[in-house]
Amino acid sequence: MLLIHCPYCEEDRSELEFRWAGEAHVVRPENIAAISDEEFAEFFFLRNNEKGLTYERWRHIHGCGRFFNAARDTVSDRFLMTYKAGLPKQPVPVAEKFAAIAEEKSVETWEQTEGDAR
Amino acid sequence: MRKYSVFAIAREALRAHKGWEAQWTSPEPRSSYDVVIVGAGGHGLGAAYYLAKEHGITNIAVIEKGWLGGGNTGRNTTIIRSNYLYEESMDIYEHSLKLWEGLSQDLNYNVMYSPRGVMMLSHNIHDQQSFKRHINANRLYGIDNEWLTPEQAKAFVPVLDISKTARYPINGAALQRRGGTARHDAVAWGFARAAADRGVHIIQNCEVTGIRRGPGGEVQGVETSKGFIGAKKIGVSAAGHSSVVMEMAGVRVPLASNPLQALVSEPMKPIFPCVVMSNTVHAYISQSDKGELVIGAGTDQYNSYSQTGGLQIITHTLDAICELFPMFRRVKMMRQWGGITDNTPDRSPIQGVTPVPGLFVNCGWGTGGFKATPGSANLFAHLIARGEPHKLAAGLTLDRFRTGRLIDEAAAAAVAH
Repeated sequence: MLLIHCPYCEEDRSELEFRWAGEAHVVRPENIAAISDEEFAEFFFLRNNEKGLTYERWRHIHGCGRFFNAARDTVSDRFLMTYKAGLPKQPVPVAEKFAAIAEEKSVETWEQTEGDAR
Repeated sequence: MRKYSVFAIAREALRAHKGWEAQWTSPEPRSSYDVVIVGAGGHGLGAAYYLAKEHGITNIAVIEKGWLGGGNTGRNTTIIRSNYLYEESMDIYEHSLKLWEGLSQDLNYNVMYSPRGVMMLSHNIHDQQSFKRHINANRLYGIDNEWLTPEQAKAFVPVLDISKTARYPINGAALQRRGGTARHDAVAWGFARAAADRGVHIIQNCEVTGIRRGPGGEVQGVETSKGFIGAKKIGVSAAGHSSVVMEMAGVRVPLASNPLQALVSEPMKPIFPCVVMSNTVHAYISQSDKGELVIGAGTDQYNSYSQTGGLQIITHTLDAICELFPMFRRVKMMRQWGGITDNTPDRSPIQGVTPVPGLFVNCGWGTGGFKATPGSANLFAHLIARGEPHKLAAGLTLDRFRTGRLIDEAAAAAVAH
């Protein structure tokens, strides 16, 4: 289960409180009746399905109820950043972030979590 | 290739089993092939086999990043059925089911196809109406499917809880008796052995990193971790990684890659005679020939290539399993794993030509590709050999998202299926 930081509540909460809401920063055509079938298919059906860094929307449906954006690595499922809806696509220092992730232990062990508490 | 038979077993028994030969070879790649297939799962290996057997094309390489059958072919819950709603779906899944029936003989390899019946539980009036619609559509199309009362369902699966006080009461079920299971690894191995016997090269541990195109845009071959391999035609059958591979040729496909999980229990004596699915409470379960309960869970909500999924997803499925079959409450689960499914917006597969000359795609089988393995492979081979789809797969084109002729099994089933 993912641990997700809601940029409005400013808290890390469990994935159970959130609903995935698809690719972020998709722009709806202003003249949707005038665009060609190809353009409509692209807008309506084609989504980035990146292996690696992806930008996506989430909704804190069982919390504040608000949509926000996230940058996530689809290989490790790690969140690199979350930010408020309406902000432009935030750059992620990918190489540094990924290096940091590689250094972190990717598996939560008992020693790491319960061990500390004890 | 030496045929497998009772005489072969007897012969080898007398010589301490020293005469069994390798089932397929692992050759170094040639500099070029007539056809390169990306992805050595059941669909890709099967396509190579049918290209060699039915279309006389044997200069083929099947290129695989990992080991053959190690992706979704080895990770699914092995359910086979053809009781879909729309004609385009019924065409392809029924074609596949008919091939399953003779596959062991055809491949000279026991794929352990077991038509033990697939039962889909109905829990409410909506389920009942939807299933009866499916049953009527199937029967009008010549596909077996029948309605059972709760008592008849219980007679078929005695461990089912049909009491009125059950957490998930059952008001009937749809049963496809020809549906069932098969041994997933044997399907990959059987196709690999039969294809290799006809001269197909299976190149494992070789990752495709690019698709090279000529001046006219046509494909020229693939860049791989073992160097460039030329190809007149390329068939992409890469399941969860299809959009990654297609992107190498500049083709975007409407796919979302999501983790789907499954798990097996400790082995038990035979207790469970068929496959039971419940779309409404999301559980499906069967018992393997080893005795393990094989349980399928749902997909995670987000795109991922991690081949793992959230624990809450399998917990949710096990909640439902324990309510439907109270006697399994104390069974221990032994293993759990995830695979990456490639889901289309209408939850129907894509098989067809692409805007790139010489590039063909077979993807989007989502959460239900195993049952389609022989049929999909057979029709994909036809597509690659002829350059145009077989009439049974004519509706599965990539172009349907432009024309709007969707095959909306997503709405028909109301869940990932």
